[in-house]
Amino acid sequence: MVPYLFLGFAAMLLATALMVILHKHPVTSALFLVLSFSSLAGIYLLLQAEFVGMVQIIVYAGAIMVLFLFVIMYLNLPHDVEKGAQIAVRRGIGWMVGALMLLFAGLLAKKGWVAGPAATAPADLSGGNAAAIGRVLYSRFLFPFEITSILLLVAMVGAIVMAKGRPASPEGEGE
Amino acid sequence: MIPTEWVLALSAVLFTIGVVGVLVRRNALVIFMSIELMLNAANLAFVAFARQQQSLDGQIFVFFVMTVAAAEVAVGLAIIVNLFRLRETVFVDEINLLKG
Amino acid sequence: MAALMQNEAFQVALWAMVKVGIILGVMLGVVSYLIYAERKICGHIQARTGPNRVGPLGLLQPIADVGKLLFKEEFIPAGANKVVFHIAPILAVFPAIVTFSVIPMGPPPMFVVTDINVGLLLFLAMSSLGVYAITLGGWSSNNKYALLGGLRSSAQMISYELAMGLSTIPVLLRTGTLSLSGIVDAQAGQLKAFDTVLPLPNWGIFHWYLFLPFFIFLICSFAETNRAPFDLPEAEGELVAGFHTEYSSMKWALFFLGEYMNMIVICSIMVTLFLGGWHGPGVDKFAPLGLVWFLTKLFALLFFFIWVRWTYPRLRYDQLMGFGWKVLLPASVVNVMIAAVWLYWRANA
Repeated sequence: MVPYLFLGFAAMLLATALMVILHKHPVTSALFLVLSFSSLAGIYLLLQAEFVGMVQIIVYAGAIMVLFLFVIMYLNLPHDVEKGAQIAVRRGIGWMVGALMLLFAGLLAKKGWVAGPAATAPADLSGGNAAAIGRVLYSRFLFPFEITSILLLVAMVGAIVMAKGRPASPEGEGE
Repeated sequence: MIPTEWVLALSAVLFTIGVVGVLVRRNALVIFMSIELMLNAANLAFVAFARQQQSLDGQIFVFFVMTVAAAEVAVGLAIIVNLFRLRETVFVDEINLLKG
Repeated sequence: MAALMQNEAFQVALWAMVKVGIILGVMLGVVSYLIYAERKICGHIQARTGPNRVGPLGLLQPIADVGKLLFKEEFIPAGANKVVFHIAPILAVFPAIVTFSVIPMGPPPMFVVTDINVGLLLFLAMSSLGVYAITLGGWSSNNKYALLGGLRSSAQMISYELAMGLSTIPVLLRTGTLSLSGIVDAQAGQLKAFDTVLPLPNWGIFHWYLFLPFFIFLICSFAETNRAPFDLPEAEGELVAGFHTEYSSMKWALFFLGEYMNMIVICSIMVTLFLGGWHGPGVDKFAPLGLVWFLTKLFALLFFFIWVRWTYPRLRYDQLMGFGWKVLLPASVVNVMIAAVWLYWRANA
């Protein structure tokens, strides 16, 4: 049952991810990205990472993509126009690079590359996945965790400063 | 039980789609979305290895990656909005002059 | 077939399906009569009688309404993004229905569809998905009033979600679990304070550090369901009808259904987190009484929602955002800290 569910989610993930980069309208791209993040959350649930799966929906689908949609609607972007020889050449190069990367991954897999041995000491999972993550996050990873709060603060200040635009300078310099 | 190799293959294909997206599109917003796809491919590999190793460190990393992605999107979208105000375009190949 | 019926996984799936079917059917009925109740209560608050023509006391009014909506003409505005225009109403109903699967409506296993250990996170995730319906509905209509309503409501919902999420944290600190059934279990019995049993049930709201979060959650849920005094997205006076200006017929009905379903979901979560869930006198002797207690609390809260809507005037938009960011958010953060310090001290005293 679980492998079939995984295959279903994986197919949906790849199809929607392809639509993100193929569709010409930014809003449609963003909506397909929401779908692919949701199927990724489904895969996380199947991989015994319930907390990460739920946070994936809350953070990516609920916050980040809403921000994207907001900006696209605010800028009122139309369909992308992609014409001309130069752009066609660049597209061709892009797809070739992608094909090369897949080829490289395939060669690696051919070499009998495996994921390594399973660990001997499983983590303390009492109280469920979320409780276990909380214990690790507030003990071994406490310092990085505090650093991320500074990062978020910096991002918040930066976004507000940029969104406010330039102040009208009295000397008339700048714009 | 899903084999870890399947998940890694999926992650590799997803990452490739993200790379191709960055290379073939010229809309800055779609490029940004492709970068999100690549970050998510890395997250997927982290989660797969966390299950393989029966350890939570991988999931913690996903948590940090998500935080960074959120911060990056907030700042990045502010930059794109400012660029649009200045140049009336979001196409990266039309934003090729340093002076505003 | 007999072998299939013996299969344990199949039995679990079958029972889940049956419960889902029952909940879906009952919810649709409850929503249509909730709308009837809203119109009746509104009528009495404004000193009129409300609907009273169709059937005795107007009780058949919801059926007449649904019939009317089904036969109305569909109208799709020129220049609308057709696909998104069709998807948006579906997105309005879907998150609310999904959340029902984790709400414990009575003693387990009979009255719980599924008990996942991240139930509360599922609720928060689904309520954050609720923004899409309104934003997309507003944008795809190609109408400036609809767009303004959609943008307003997404800003409002994102802002109030933060305070709402933070106000659930003291509950989690007390119960130590994200599973909604676990949270309900932690509210059984009588309230104890310093080893004396008080004549109060052990519900969340009766713990002093959960009193403020309950009110923050209540206020945020008015904003989340876009109801007065926070119904800015559909402010008739300035935005015609907000994000669903261009919608008609069943699509409009789906938006309406979503709004009322969201109201029921958010009230159920409030009952679960703060009002003891299905706990009440006599449940340990006769389990189905739990469902009765749950529904009683739920309908009391729903009545309160309707009462507030027809009593208070609408806020101005800057007042709304200012209140969310400058009052509710700091208050819930401070409350989280106070609750954490208190619980730590109690645990180590």
